[in-house]
Amino acid sequence: MEQARKITIDAEPQGNKLHYRELNEKIRKAVREGFSHITVNNVSGQRFIGAGIKERVTIEVYGDAGLDTGVFSEGPTIIIHGNSEYLLGNTLNGGELVVYGDSWDITGMGARSGRIFVMGEGGSRIGIHMKEFKDKKPAIVYGGRVKQYLGEYMAGGMIIVLGLDYRDAVIDRKKPVTKENIDPGKIKEYQGDIVQSYVGAGMHGGAIYVRGDVPDKYLGIYAVKDDYNESDRELLKPVLERYSELFNTPADLLWKKGFTKIMPISSRPFGKVYNSTPI
Amino acid sequence: MQAQDKTIPRFKTSMDLDKCIKCGRCAVNCPFGVIEFDREQKKPVVVNTGNCVACQRCAVYCPGEAISIENYPVAYAPHANWTPWHLRGIFEQARTGGILTTGMGNDRAYPIVFDYLVWDACQVTNPAIDALREPVETRTFLGRKPRNLSIREVDGKYVMDDTYPNVMLSTPLTVGHMSLGSISYNAYTSILRAVSEVGTLFGTGEGGLHPSHQAYKKNTISEVASGRFGVSPDYLYGAAIEIKIGQGAKPGHGGQLPGEKVTQLISDTRGIPLGTDALSPNPQHDIYSIEDLKTLIAALHEATEYTIPVGVKVAAVNNIAPIASGIVRAGADFLTIDGFRGATGAAPRVIRDNAGIPVELAVASVDQHLRNEGIRHQITLIAGGSLRSSSDLVKIIALGADIGMISTAVLIAMGCRMCQQCPTGKCAWGIATGDPVLGKRMDINWASKRVSNLLRAWTADLDEVLGAMGIDAVDSLIGNRDRLRYIGPNPHEAKILGVQHAGSRVEIGGE
Repeated sequence: MEQARKITIDAEPQGNKLHYRELNEKIRKAVREGFSHITVNNVSGQRFIGAGIKERVTIEVYGDAGLDTGVFSEGPTIIIHGNSEYLLGNTLNGGELVVYGDSWDITGMGARSGRIFVMGEGGSRIGIHMKEFKDKKPAIVYGGRVKQYLGEYMAGGMIIVLGLDYRDAVIDRKKPVTKENIDPGKIKEYQGDIVQSYVGAGMHGGAIYVRGDVPDKYLGIYAVKDDYNESDRELLKPVLERYSELFNTPADLLWKKGFTKIMPISSRPFGKVYNSTPI
Repeated sequence: MQAQDKTIPRFKTSMDLDKCIKCGRCAVNCPFGVIEFDREQKKPVVVNTGNCVACQRCAVYCPGEAISIENYPVAYAPHANWTPWHLRGIFEQARTGGILTTGMGNDRAYPIVFDYLVWDACQVTNPAIDALREPVETRTFLGRKPRNLSIREVDGKYVMDDTYPNVMLSTPLTVGHMSLGSISYNAYTSILRAVSEVGTLFGTGEGGLHPSHQAYKKNTISEVASGRFGVSPDYLYGAAIEIKIGQGAKPGHGGQLPGEKVTQLISDTRGIPLGTDALSPNPQHDIYSIEDLKTLIAALHEATEYTIPVGVKVAAVNNIAPIASGIVRAGADFLTIDGFRGATGAAPRVIRDNAGIPVELAVASVDQHLRNEGIRHQITLIAGGSLRSSSDLVKIIALGADIGMISTAVLIAMGCRMCQQCPTGKCAWGIATGDPVLGKRMDINWASKRVSNLLRAWTADLDEVLGAMGIDAVDSLIGNRDRLRYIGPNPHEAKILGVQHAGSRVEIGGE
């Protein structure tokens, strides 16, 4: 394999925070110049990092990324050592997004391919309208817990929610959160429910896997529980292996509780609502 | 179905067997199951006139002109309030319990503001231009314009600061968004070919661009809508990008391509599995506010490195003027306003027929509002829904639009007879259908010629009108409401339009 060409970009040179437009232009310039590993330091809320990039580069972000990280992109691996704001991986077309922290609402909206791994918690409408096509099957994994409308309108791919609490597992809080900075012995289980109301509302494709049990009252319209079996395990295996590797989390902990599988009632839930008889 | 469930047919199809040459073309052409060919008696037979939708396909293809289609001769007892339209709607909903779905534009008899407007022409005090021999400029640029130009000299070269990407169109007329799926592959290809010949743009609709259409990419406006179907980094590099918030035929409503229409072709274009419903949610879930819209516009600008104009399409609704102002301030490069007569491939009838306002009023109001706020120059204003003729195009530009957008007129050019059966997917003319057999009825060479003819003819009409008004470039007509006069019944309407009543006198020395 070719030696990765590395470059480091400072998002706050001499204490002057770069506007997102300047920062993204620097990142795109680095991609154009053939750098395959781009480290961005001191990020504090700059938006659209990696927007529309098609090259298979790695962008490593230190700090908290702003809105729409990885929006419309199709190839880069973006690793955020910090939190990500809303809309991580909006309309994602490929690649891998990793967050060593929380990523709040609407993660992976309309994603068509690629994988999103978030160590911490999420807000509402995670994975809304995700879809799949042939070999393009997006996946979203949340290590922590999420809020309402998980997988609304979901049309393909998979969402996994694990319910693990990493808040005490970070060894040195003063350092950026990385794989090495996680103590696997201190990962805890969240107490209480890890998903909330309207799970899979209007879903018509794909599957949602929640570690442990999901009370029936949380299921959205047209979403049903289905048998979790060996073929599901096979499907989850590569994704969870990667998760385990990224976040220094023991595999047996991930598999310990078993999963609840949530599926659409049909691929055509709204088929009978409309009547186009000529009148 | 019980006997009581049956409703009286709408149309009576019949054939004059003296004129009929028994060729059977009518039976072959009818996709609705009205006419069949009786092989034993060797003649066509009307088997179910109740299915007839007056699409005229059989009548047009009958070589003997033997077919007639009439209103069904069973009368409803006269009632000015409970019209057959209301009765039939109730019959159908009582039978099924479903939402009535329909196609094309609003068919109710609302007043049409266009028909209350006339325009000015040169007489004595200024000369008319002879458009056939003297230049009249109809080229139009789509995109954001700077407030002023700052030109600097750098190393002996002149550099212009703060310019924005613009797309040059040969005519202030574009074809609106129609997705592959709502219309057939052949219809879609015909429109793409026509706009690329004429030098204007066609909206891709929600659903991406088919791989075989990539050659026409620079004549498309890539739509980014709530379902995000077919949106990939490559797709964003059309001529322009349009974020679809609303559609005139169904403001506030999303879309649904039912699973049976998601054929292999559609599956490949949209990037979804065969036979699944393609749902476009009502809102875009990353846009709950003007600030969110600003974020998506900025994301699209970032993803395309500021090389492509990004616009927003909204339906004309009550507070359209402040909404438009918000969109301009959110950073949109162009704004498309779709009036309440705009068409659809499928929408709930109750929404199509009642939601939204006429585009004439919306455009006049938006243009004035943006002028008052000093931001009108920032945006290219596109207006459609529905422009029925070149005169509507002239009027909408004079009311304040930069560009007129047509879709229904284009479909009519390709054979549409306005039977409004689009959601059934059985279009006899091969337009609004995903059925590959029906779709092949549309001859691409023929249809693209018809569409380019229409676009050219309206542009030629515009040239003539501009010449007669003494205007040598269409830019000077935009928002030039002083050249319009109102002849309708409602003075208040004229005031909203900012148009004086016909015959108004200007007193010397002030109003």
